[in-house]
Amino acid sequence: MKKVLLISLIALSISFVQAQKVNFKVKGSDTVLPLTQKEAEVYMKKNAGSSIMVTGGGSGVGISALLSGTTDIAQSSRSLKLDEKMKLNDAGKAFKETIIAYDALAVIVNPANKVSKLTREQLEGIYTGKITNWKQVGGDDMKIVVYSRETSSGTYEFFKEHVLNKKNYASSALLMPATGAIVQSVSQTKGAIGYVGLAYIEKSVKTIDVSYDKGKTYVTPNVENAKSKKYPITRPLYYYYLATTEKLISPYIKFVLSAEGQKIVLQEGYVPLN
Amino acid sequence: MKKFKKLVEYFVEAVLFSSSTITSLTVILIVIFLFREGIGMFNSSPLEQNFVIVVSQKNPVQELNATQIKAIFNQDIVNWSAVGGAKDSIILFTTNDITNYYSEEELGSSLENLPAKLNDFILENPGAIMYISSKSLPPNFAGHKLAVKKIGVADFVFGEQWYPTSEPIPSYGIWPMIIGTLMVTLGALLFAIPLGIATAIFMAEVASMRIRNLLKPIIELLAGIPSVVFGFFGLIIIVPLVQKTFGLVVGETVLAGSIVLGIMALPTIITITEDALRTTPQALKEASLALGATRWQTLVRVVVPYAKSGISTAIILGIGRAIGETMAVLMVTGNSSNIPHSFLVPARTIPATIAAELGEAPYGGLHFKALFALGIVLFIFTIIVNSSVEFIKNRSRRA
Repeated sequence: MKKVLLISLIALSISFVQAQKVNFKVKGSDTVLPLTQKEAEVYMKKNAGSSIMVTGGGSGVGISALLSGTTDIAQSSRSLKLDEKMKLNDAGKAFKETIIAYDALAVIVNPANKVSKLTREQLEGIYTGKITNWKQVGGDDMKIVVYSRETSSGTYEFFKEHVLNKKNYASSALLMPATGAIVQSVSQTKGAIGYVGLAYIEKSVKTIDVSYDKGKTYVTPNVENAKSKKYPITRPLYYYYLATTEKLISPYIKFVLSAEGQKIVLQEGYVPLN
Repeated sequence: MKKFKKLVEYFVEAVLFSSSTITSLTVILIVIFLFREGIGMFNSSPLEQNFVIVVSQKNPVQELNATQIKAIFNQDIVNWSAVGGAKDSIILFTTNDITNYYSEEELGSSLENLPAKLNDFILENPGAIMYISSKSLPPNFAGHKLAVKKIGVADFVFGEQWYPTSEPIPSYGIWPMIIGTLMVTLGALLFAIPLGIATAIFMAEVASMRIRNLLKPIIELLAGIPSVVFGFFGLIIIVPLVQKTFGLVVGETVLAGSIVLGIMALPTIITITEDALRTTPQALKEASLALGATRWQTLVRVVVPYAKSGISTAIILGIGRAIGETMAVLMVTGNSSNIPHSFLVPARTIPATIAAELGEAPYGGLHFKALFALGIVLFIFTIIVNSSVEFIKNRSRRA
């Protein structure tokens, strides 16, 4: 008798899980993930009965899921690559693109480091392994320890494209599995340099002013400078979705773009649209 | 009623049989799957499927090796004369660059003008080297394909560079990882074996019942701590400790990984060694003591030799635990893909690489297959470890 009861209980709970309808799914970039989670949470609270499933995996994963129809929104920390556009075109799928926020990457060093500003060329030299000592860029005689994200990260690709001029990272670079780990390591390693999203900056590390005009002007990484586009290492964060599902999704997108949604953007440490 | 009991017995038997069948089938399927995905990367072109490297028809260069292509796209070689061509500077071009040359209107809303524009581009820029999808090329394209060497097993195993996402030519060389994995494991064992066996001897022979009852659950708890927690512990405690003790520029080293892995392998080594020591018959021990041997002599000359095969099994299972560990190592060894020449430099291990990269590797792509090939290498390591356990067991049985 007990067994029968147990089985029926299990069956009941399964049917409950199924009854909770998932309205639509968001998948992709791990950079956008915390933001989407928060937005979806607030949205679901406001609209009882709606349900949004949010998962990460990386920008590329989200876009290929959009292509195969296993997600409704692909969240991405980069714009679509041309070959991805070509694939969508080949499949006869018209898509829409919405920028929901901006993210800025800050270069960080240990607080004990004298260096407080670097040009893009110097950063490229450090990350490709051509500059190996801090005294080459005006600091103490100390070996540079380069921290980077893992190759799977969209941030890794973005930094490579916009700071390293598409050159390969030095093979001596230390690849960390998470942004938090970079902050931790930089804070405890004197000669360290790393890059993290603005949201991750803490007192235990020092940010570097960056120049993209060969040293004429240096810009501090902060939300104001990122908003005004003065800070160069800034990237838009995107939602991609198919035109056919626009009706289903648009209330949510409207919410994200609304003043309330953009307030969440700021709270989560990203840069709002305006 | 009797009939019913028989039926129940029959049913239980069927369940037992199917469970064991499912288990063995799963193992076989995993192995087949691993090999099917991993083998695929060998003898295939290092370029993405359907992608080609083309140069202008006027360009005399016909073939480049992977190193040259890498150097060109890394902007270390900037003139064609360095690779046997005319004196002309190299213009790099990948598909996504097209928007720098032509506007979206010119390309058309569904990119229908792309092939024609690519043709225009190569006509206007004879020094260009283009990395593009062969599907987007027009039939009468004014350029020719460059031949690229296929990936061999030796390139994979002995290659020293790991740039899995580099365009246009990724590098899949795993030699630094093989060395890294072996060194981290070796270091872990150098640390864990003496400590583990000493603890086991203490618990089995020296400690009083009360102390043993206190120690046993603690050590078993050590086995139950999730590896991520070990990783965190390593990153925040061990890494700075190693850095300060040896005065290093960077604390994420082979040594830090070894210490964390050593701690993780301890419970396995201690538990199995202790069980082995306890199997020594009381009669043997008593005989030794009766002959006038001291407790220490009995331990070294009688108990440990009797448990030899059990201790070896403990060590080898400890190796198995250490070699396949993922998260903790990922967090503390720094993951730089240089070959480690000492215990005090960063290193990258095979399991850490698979864990870190599988998430973003496009399904079915070359990077994906390369990670499965890494899985095969790890699997071979594990088979070697397991068969040595069997070998040692058999040998001691015969003796």
